[in-house]
Amino acid sequence: MIGAVKRRLNSAAFADERAGEMVASRSFWADAGRRFLRNRMAVFSVGMLSVLILFAIVGNLFSRWSFEEIDWNVLGRIKEDGGPSLENGHWFGVDELGRDLYARVVQGTRTSLLVGFIAGPVSVLLGATLGALAGYYGGRFDRTVLGAYTIWLAIPYIIFFVVWQAFFGRSMSQMILVIILVNWTAGLLLVRGQVMMLKNREFVDAARMLGMSDFAIIFRHLAPNVLWVVVIYTSLVIPEVIMMESLVSFLGVGIQEPNTSLGALLSEGASTMTFGTLWQLGFPAAVFVLAQVSLFYIGDGLRDALDPKER
Amino acid sequence: MLAVQNAHVEFRVAQTKKWPWSPAGVVHAVNGVSFDLEPGQTIGIVGESGCGKSTLIRSVAGLTPLASGTVTLDGERVQYDNRASMQRLRATMQMIFQDPIASLNPRMTIREIVTEPLSFFRPEMHIDKRKAAALAMLERVGIPPAQANRFPHEFSGGQCQRIGIARSLVAEPKVLLCDEPVSALDVSVQAQVVNLLKELQREMGLALVFVAHDLGVVRHISDEVLVMYMGAQMERAPAADLVRAPKHPYAQALLSAVPIPDPTVRIAPQMLEGDLPSPMELPPGCLFASRCPHAMTKCANAKPPMLHRDGHEAACFLLEDTPEELDASLEHH
Repeated sequence: MIGAVKRRLNSAAFADERAGEMVASRSFWADAGRRFLRNRMAVFSVGMLSVLILFAIVGNLFSRWSFEEIDWNVLGRIKEDGGPSLENGHWFGVDELGRDLYARVVQGTRTSLLVGFIAGPVSVLLGATLGALAGYYGGRFDRTVLGAYTIWLAIPYIIFFVVWQAFFGRSMSQMILVIILVNWTAGLLLVRGQVMMLKNREFVDAARMLGMSDFAIIFRHLAPNVLWVVVIYTSLVIPEVIMMESLVSFLGVGIQEPNTSLGALLSEGASTMTFGTLWQLGFPAAVFVLAQVSLFYIGDGLRDALDPKER
Repeated sequence: MLAVQNAHVEFRVAQTKKWPWSPAGVVHAVNGVSFDLEPGQTIGIVGESGCGKSTLIRSVAGLTPLASGTVTLDGERVQYDNRASMQRLRATMQMIFQDPIASLNPRMTIREIVTEPLSFFRPEMHIDKRKAAALAMLERVGIPPAQANRFPHEFSGGQCQRIGIARSLVAEPKVLLCDEPVSALDVSVQAQVVNLLKELQREMGLALVFVAHDLGVVRHISDEVLVMYMGAQMERAPAADLVRAPKHPYAQALLSAVPIPDPTVRIAPQMLEGDLPSPMELPPGCLFASRCPHAMTKCANAKPPMLHRDGHEAACFLLEDTPEELDASLEHH
């Protein structure tokens, strides 16, 4: 047995196999992936987030009620009969208007996650592109972008929301659009700084010596080197955007009824908590916290995996 | 092959503006340098840090705009604002850089790095042939092709410089600009890289422009040496002659400071008194006058002409007293 192992370890075939393995180097991203997978909490959070996403997509299949249907049987006696129950199919109970809370939480999760996963990455893409161009070209364009950024920081975004939605209505697409507009600065300074540092590296000069255009240099040579910043920043912006959406919904300028979001559900639950219908606050809050905590742990794992050290 | 005539480079410095509408200060980085180069020849450019050596070759390569002066390559004047002319320039002239690690994109494998120039300069070549050519070039500079899938951070500084050389030579240019290619390397590795450059020069008939602040390295590789000070040409001479008997006072001071690798020999570097002039307000006369031990009154008022003596070409009034000698090798200047 041991002899066989020894013979195998000393064989030329084994040496070749090992050597081949060593020579095929892992890329930065493959390395980062391995480091991310070693982070238990981050991997667990990915699982948790997947469950939430599944819940938002197929949760309706397990619901006996639609999210806008009023259950007249419990409407007058919500405190006594409206709680979570397996008999009448209201798994999470009903809200104060007698609508099925489970169906509404599914709908609200879908809204919040959609807003987060569309508005977050798109606004980072916008901010990062502007930041990359400002950092690369510098000069007057850079000064203009930075000036606009500084002015933008001085505008309170809630007022922007209220005014925008008064003009354009309170649909989901308007919500996503207005969040992208409010967040156009996401990642701008970070990417601008990275690009300003990288553009002076000599590999950019080497690319110029090939006759490569500015556009190709930015997207072929600089973008892969700032992608890690963008990925980390996106993972931070998504929960932030969900929080922002919840905040404006909580304040009552979010999605139009009967559609709802986690923030609007929290707002309704909080307004009725003194009547003893705590489930109306508890279920949306639990889903919201789960989503936020898992997103933050994923962001944390990504930050560790994509450490800024030169690799 | 390559001829540079009276090159000037200027930078505008916005930070010197008192008010947003006042004119920006102008730094005169290169002030009239000329040289020419034949295939297989090497010209070394030396001078202290900040004297404009790198700026000069960067402007020749088109990475920094030339304020005035002409560059002629293969008998054709290079038009830096013309894309086709620039692309011909880049196919003929490539560059290697000072920081070997920063000159390689850390997210690309070295195979990708060395293959990239071929997709610009040999677009008609089949992709498999390009890869094979890149591997052959890597092997030629001493990087095992088996390591071609690795990333730059897995190599040492000397290996990275070899990869940089492979990238610049894979499309077979005729002129190679070397911007202090060995100053970031250990001494033993410096010798290997310089010898590799010499071998490749012999095989490919390359013309080398070798910028360095280390006279020892330059003496080893160059046929001719150009000494720069404050962006201007002080002296130009065959390498051996310059080292043996420099004519210009600045070249003499520079050479007196070259260390000798023998602990028993004490060198006596000639210390220069005085301050460097500001590159934003150049003096009307000789740029070296403020620090020159032999400075005369006329040095401060008039620019010394380029004088030819014993195969040297130096900008100094001191040489006016020695008789001009008609040197066949310098007749074409």
